[in-house]
Amino acid sequence: MNRAALQRLAARIAPGTLGEIVRLSGGATQELWRFDIDGARYVLRRSGSGDQPPAIGVSLTEEAGLIVAAGKRGVPVPRVVHILEAADALGAGFVMAYVEGEALGARIVKDPTLAHARTMLAAQCGAALARIHSVDTDPLPGLIDQSPADIVAQWHMAYRAGTIRRPVFEAAFWWLDTHHPGETSPARLVHGDFRNGNIMVGPEGLTAVLDWELAHIGDPMEDLGWICVNSWRFGRIGLPVGGFGTREELYAGYEAAGGCVDRAAAQWWEMLGTLRWGVMTTGSLARVRDGDMSIERAMIARRTSETEIDLLAMLAA
Amino acid sequence: MQDEPTPQDILARVAHFLRSEVMPALSAPHVAFQARVAANAVDLVIRQLDLGAAGHITEHARLVELLGRDDTLTALNTVLADRIADGSLDPADPAVVAHLTATTCEKLAVDQPRYSGYRAALDKDF
Repeated sequence: MNRAALQRLAARIAPGTLGEIVRLSGGATQELWRFDIDGARYVLRRSGSGDQPPAIGVSLTEEAGLIVAAGKRGVPVPRVVHILEAADALGAGFVMAYVEGEALGARIVKDPTLAHARTMLAAQCGAALARIHSVDTDPLPGLIDQSPADIVAQWHMAYRAGTIRRPVFEAAFWWLDTHHPGETSPARLVHGDFRNGNIMVGPEGLTAVLDWELAHIGDPMEDLGWICVNSWRFGRIGLPVGGFGTREELYAGYEAAGGCVDRAAAQWWEMLGTLRWGVMTTGSLARVRDGDMSIERAMIARRTSETEIDLLAMLAA
Repeated sequence: MQDEPTPQDILARVAHFLRSEVMPALSAPHVAFQARVAANAVDLVIRQLDLGAAGHITEHARLVELLGRDDTLTALNTVLADRIADGSLDPADPAVVAHLTATTCEKLAVDQPRYSGYRAALDKDF
């Protein structure tokens, strides 16, 4: 991190002294940094050193615009305080006010201080989703339109790009082809990665919806299915919404905030979501074969069987 | 014949060393996390040494029975995948479901025996 550049950026955001700078997380394509100005905390989300645009999803600048638009519709989001410009010399990205809360999914499902939050969280997620799905997308650039069939085709292609044939994945693709509920809800802004792990939770429940990079225009039921995928329940299999709530709570929150739930479509998307995560884990095998030496990468490739048992449970339902 | 301790015995000590000595000595959280992943990876390899070969034999026997032909495990899985994809085998057929579930459970016994979906499948006694 170029401290001089961050010093100049801090002066544009607020008067005061730039304090410590902490790298929060981030992979090869994105970096997340926390810094403070006279004790007020901010988070910088910027492209990694490669400075390459994302292969899928929206750019960081477009993501900042989405967060602002969703905030105006009442979705809890971090306050965007600055969008990086060329003159900032920090790459592409944006600065948000720091949001207090817990983001680790495994803690959200079991932290005793969040017990009260968990009683409301699924309904709050439903309400946030209904509001996301009501955002006017006309002024938002960079969003691609993805029909359910497009998404199935995309993940089928990704699956077949791997060398291993998987009978369970074939069964899931067969089910998706033969069980599509028919007419799709009107196309809306879809968050695309709304799950336990991409939300911030405080004692009063949902405090922020994060990671908007996979946003697109499509069937809003996609988001209602994705948050129920068992991989995001952190062991709490009996609480399908992120390991903290029931589908009924999620749907009630969604409908109370003006959304219209197509239950069969949401279940269809849960199958596709599970399959999508499964195909993503098989992508790790390709990275290992290409020489990626990360142990974590190799272990993610051995998580495909988790999605296969979940797919089989849904196929039997 | 190779002498003992077995590969499993040796790897168990590698995992123990990572957990009891390496992890506590690491101050960088990211590296400590990677050390934990490494210990988990060693455990997985031990489970595969214990269970992998037997699982491949039972999976192969089920595939021969289901498909009515013999070949390598990879080739038989490709045939099964093709038959499900082209509709000639119904994946809801109880024999197909039983095979897929048994095979997936054999993998999970190695990959992640604590996974909630695996525990639920065992409870249902497929």
